[in-house]
Amino acid sequence: MAVQPVELTPAVEARIKQEVDARVDAALQARLQELLAPRPHPNGASPARRKRLAIVASKGTLDMAYPPLILATTAAAMDWEVGIFFTFYGLDILNRKKLPRLKVPPLGNPAMPVPVPNLLGALPGMTALATAMMQRWFTRARIPKLEQLLETARASGVQLISCTTTMGVMGVRQEELLPGVTFAGAATFLDFASEADVTLFV
Amino acid sequence: MASNGADLPVDRTLDCRGTLCPVPIIQARQALDALAPGQVLQVLATDLGSKADFPAFARHTGHELLAAREQDGTFIYYLRKAGPGRLE
Repeated sequence: MAVQPVELTPAVEARIKQEVDARVDAALQARLQELLAPRPHPNGASPARRKRLAIVASKGTLDMAYPPLILATTAAAMDWEVGIFFTFYGLDILNRKKLPRLKVPPLGNPAMPVPVPNLLGALPGMTALATAMMQRWFTRARIPKLEQLLETARASGVQLISCTTTMGVMGVRQEELLPGVTFAGAATFLDFASEADVTLFV
Repeated sequence: MASNGADLPVDRTLDCRGTLCPVPIIQARQALDALAPGQVLQVLATDLGSKADFPAFARHTGHELLAAREQDGTFIYYLRKAGPGRLE
């Protein structure tokens, strides 16, 4: 198509200027909107997709109850989505009666600095001694009680999942467990863990 | 972290001295939840791990670690609460 030459009169010049201004304004507005749009989450995740931590808690001793709860509460404080699947002896952590009575076994635990040879850990009273000792350490170091960590976990949205197989095997009833606990089996945990960024077996 | 934080205006101070992980992080999170976006939380801690933990906490939550310093055996952190629409 042939372009008709246009004489650059002041009127045409003004028209061109108006057109250019309008287009630059539009482009600027678009770019500004782009810059002002919400930024992606600093860790690279979109706001809709938080990091996720999935933990299996399988031990019911005082010392082994802490790691899952410390990691879970910290992850929740860091905006992660967290679920803990309490299974086998780990279910004792959710048990109203057993939680305050979790123990540390000195027997078969050479790392335990009970001031007697490890074999004597088999003697009556040694588990109570080791437990009392560890509780003193925790108190002295101002480590929160397990009950407090569980409350923090619950309040910050950590899913506490009770393994129903364990409940069946050990004869544990729902009402024996803490409030806010949900009940599920392996498929539920795997479904949750399949989308997890970190999965731990404790 | 341009300044050591000593000259930063602080909206709230949280004293976590004498506590260990996970207490400083959990309490800092709870304190930040109670602040308005842009406000600054000062955290006092003695847990050695907090030196590594607070930068990680800031990276994951979007709260900005403005400064960190050590004074007489206390680690002092300055966290600015993140908020919607904040450009920095």
